[in-house]
Amino acid sequence: MPTIRVRRSAVIDAPIERVWAVLRDFNSHGAWHPAVGPSAIERGEPSDQVGCVRDFTLKDGNHIREQLLTLSDRDHVSTYCILDATLPMRSYVATVQLKRVTDGDRTFWHWESTFHVPRGREREFEQLVGASVYEAGFTGLAAYLRRDGRPSPPRSAVDAQAVVATSFGGPEVLQPRRLDAPAPRSGEVRLQQTAVGVNYIDVYLRRGDYRMIEPPAPLGMEAAGVVLESNAAGFRPGDRVAYACLPPGAYATVRTLPAAQIVPLPDHVSEETAAALMLKGMTAEYLLHRTHRVKPGDTVLVHAAAGGVGLLLCQWARALGARVIGTVSSEAKAELARANGCEHPIVTRSYVFAEKVKQLTGGRGADVIYDGLGRDAAHENRAALARRGHWVSYGHATGALEPLSLVEKSGTFSQPVLFDYTEDLLHQMAGHVFAALRDGILRVDVRHRYPLGAAADAHRDLEARRTTGQIVLLP
Amino acid sequence: MIKVYTSSVIDAPADTVWAQVRDFNGLPRWTPFVAESRIEEGQPADRVGCVRNFRLRDGGLIRERLLTLSDYDYQCTYSILESPMGVENYVATLKLTPVTDGGRTFAEWWAEFDCAPEREAALAEQIGQGVFQAAFDSLKKVVAR
Repeated sequence: MPTIRVRRSAVIDAPIERVWAVLRDFNSHGAWHPAVGPSAIERGEPSDQVGCVRDFTLKDGNHIREQLLTLSDRDHVSTYCILDATLPMRSYVATVQLKRVTDGDRTFWHWESTFHVPRGREREFEQLVGASVYEAGFTGLAAYLRRDGRPSPPRSAVDAQAVVATSFGGPEVLQPRRLDAPAPRSGEVRLQQTAVGVNYIDVYLRRGDYRMIEPPAPLGMEAAGVVLESNAAGFRPGDRVAYACLPPGAYATVRTLPAAQIVPLPDHVSEETAAALMLKGMTAEYLLHRTHRVKPGDTVLVHAAAGGVGLLLCQWARALGARVIGTVSSEAKAELARANGCEHPIVTRSYVFAEKVKQLTGGRGADVIYDGLGRDAAHENRAALARRGHWVSYGHATGALEPLSLVEKSGTFSQPVLFDYTEDLLHQMAGHVFAALRDGILRVDVRHRYPLGAAADAHRDLEARRTTGQIVLLP
Repeated sequence: MIKVYTSSVIDAPADTVWAQVRDFNGLPRWTPFVAESRIEEGQPADRVGCVRNFRLRDGGLIRERLLTLSDYDYQCTYSILESPMGVENYVATLKLTPVTDGGRTFAEWWAEFDCAPEREAALAEQIGQGVFQAAFDSLKKVVAR
């Protein structure tokens, strides 16, 4: 791999102390660099401690971890390196150095790095780093310093239209209500939502099956939109963003949320796609890459293989080189699953599949089972599991599982919950999902769009199984 | 030992600025306070070790030895052998760095020296502003021509 060196420098019209106060904070770039989205220091270390690692997402969707190697307050120098990046840059070490311009009390800023890139891409990366990172950073910091210290305009609550469950019950309990979207406090942003995802869990909440709300309360776990106001580093008005988080309340025109729950959208991801994909896509991501790391040649059993998460599991598991067996309830769904990477869809309405799985695997069984079914499929799942297999229970559509033991198969049982992963891995997970979308590994089909006020109709159609593919509400 | 540091931004490419200041015998051309200069013993002006012997407009005579000269780093170092300023162990460095934004030059000039304690402040001002900054201001006009 060829080594390239990138050097850029500029003069910032501010005293060196002021510029250094910002740059010495290894986690400040989210606030001033226009290409940098949310950034966090790992393990809660101080952001000026040598050795600390910043984990951030670029607005183009790339994800980077960088470690602070040196920091000298005397010389106004810091060096850092890339640990991991979704870009093919290796051995990247960069130096930021400031010098005082005594003539006019300004600051000379020199930024340089050396790194390896794949042959033939030298010019591309020289430009990317030199212009999009360093030069954009000079401009961004200068603008940040001009803004800094200026009083912010008065902020107040704005009216939002929301759809709330007025009580537990059928779709008719969903009613439009006027709610306040409060002014963003420190660390929060206020969003103009443009697309809201509808999930089956919204139905469970509305019916009171899952006691996660106390009516009257708004519903909705995921949405995408545009930042109206930001009181948080890394987000500016106009940024396109998405989220999937608790508490419910995404069925709204405007919403105020902690910035830590939000990810920036790369250009190639539409707001509709993001609204439809955040929850299910990140679920598929952690199931296939974190709870269990699917390897080429693994046999994966996916239940409800034509469902929202099921289709994504089939697509992604197939791309990982796994052999995908699925269960579905009809021939039509078997076709859909097959078209999405499920090699062997098993049609069953009574959760009988173990014998077929054994047949397809020469008696061995499935290395990993992704189980959203729960109680009614438990017996068959136990039978279908391979020796040393992994049974991952991430839902229980037919009822909760009894406590179980897999000792006779040296089996592993997991009960993962999405928000325990997104708590600290949100940006990696979302970045991974967006990259899979870009690469055509995940395909999202938004087929049903309803105005926000018609959320009850969306629920009716969803419960009546009149929909296939994803549903979004448009505020 | 005290240190004096002066820096400025010159609105010309570093190559252009360096072409002026690398000439160890060129002070009369780009500073406002040197009347005439020569290199002793007929040596080339870019040979490390050569001595420039120059007269200020106020009449003072100064002899300085070139210690380092790097066209790669746009940097030179020199020491004072004789001067009327009352300084000891005086070593100065002049360094240019390209500013890629706008094709300009960041110019630094610093000196370290010993002197009587009561003269430190006055000498720092005289050298930092009266010599280095005044020379930079004059250099800006020279390269702008």
